[in-house]
Amino acid sequence: MANTQAMCTSFMSELMTATHNFTTGTGNSFKAALYLASATVNASTTAYSSTGEVTGTNYSAGGVSVTNGTSPLSTNSSATAGVAYWTPTASITYTNVTLSTAFDAVLIYNSSASNKAVSVHTFGSQTVTAGTFTLTMPSNTTSTALLRLATT
Amino acid sequence: MALVNTTKGEMDDSLLEKKEGFVDNDDEYTTWVEYWLDGELVHRSVHVQLKKSVVLSAATASFE
Repeated sequence: MANTQAMCTSFMSELMTATHNFTTGTGNSFKAALYLASATVNASTTAYSSTGEVTGTNYSAGGVSVTNGTSPLSTNSSATAGVAYWTPTASITYTNVTLSTAFDAVLIYNSSASNKAVSVHTFGSQTVTAGTFTLTMPSNTTSTALLRLATT
Repeated sequence: MALVNTTKGEMDDSLLEKKEGFVDNDDEYTTWVEYWLDGELVHRSVHVQLKKSVVLSAATASFE
């Protein structure tokens, strides 16, 4: 099987039921879990699961917390179009870990709301040996933010 | 000289063979560094710069 970068479909409907709150400070807490290259996380993923998650020295099941220092922003580009966007404000870092089995995806999920899935992000397959794995976020702009909700 | 965390504890980097590399494509810019001791990998760190967003395209229906 394979992992596929996507916004989780369940997340999109949960936006319409106010399940997720990305407000800085008073909003929900989000986490980031790593998945083996042999796993299957994609748009169909509805919640965090340990199935297919990496295991290894100094890696805790469920992953690490995501830093949310900036609430979602929005900009209108015309009378009928605009974009809302959000990006974690710090790199996601797994320190001094040994992850010997290849992994290639991270699942962002809401640990305040029954671990409901937000999005899957993929990258080239990696292993880590007594080292640090760092995911640096894209710039938080209308065209590059990690999560974007856009009308055209 | 600098200390490197390895599978054998912290070691002086002068005792180790260092290898580095990178991947740059539309999806990511990734760098990695490895330290080897007598042919054995004792440290590997990876830094991934994500380049691509995930985008939800929203739409409204028309009554026309």
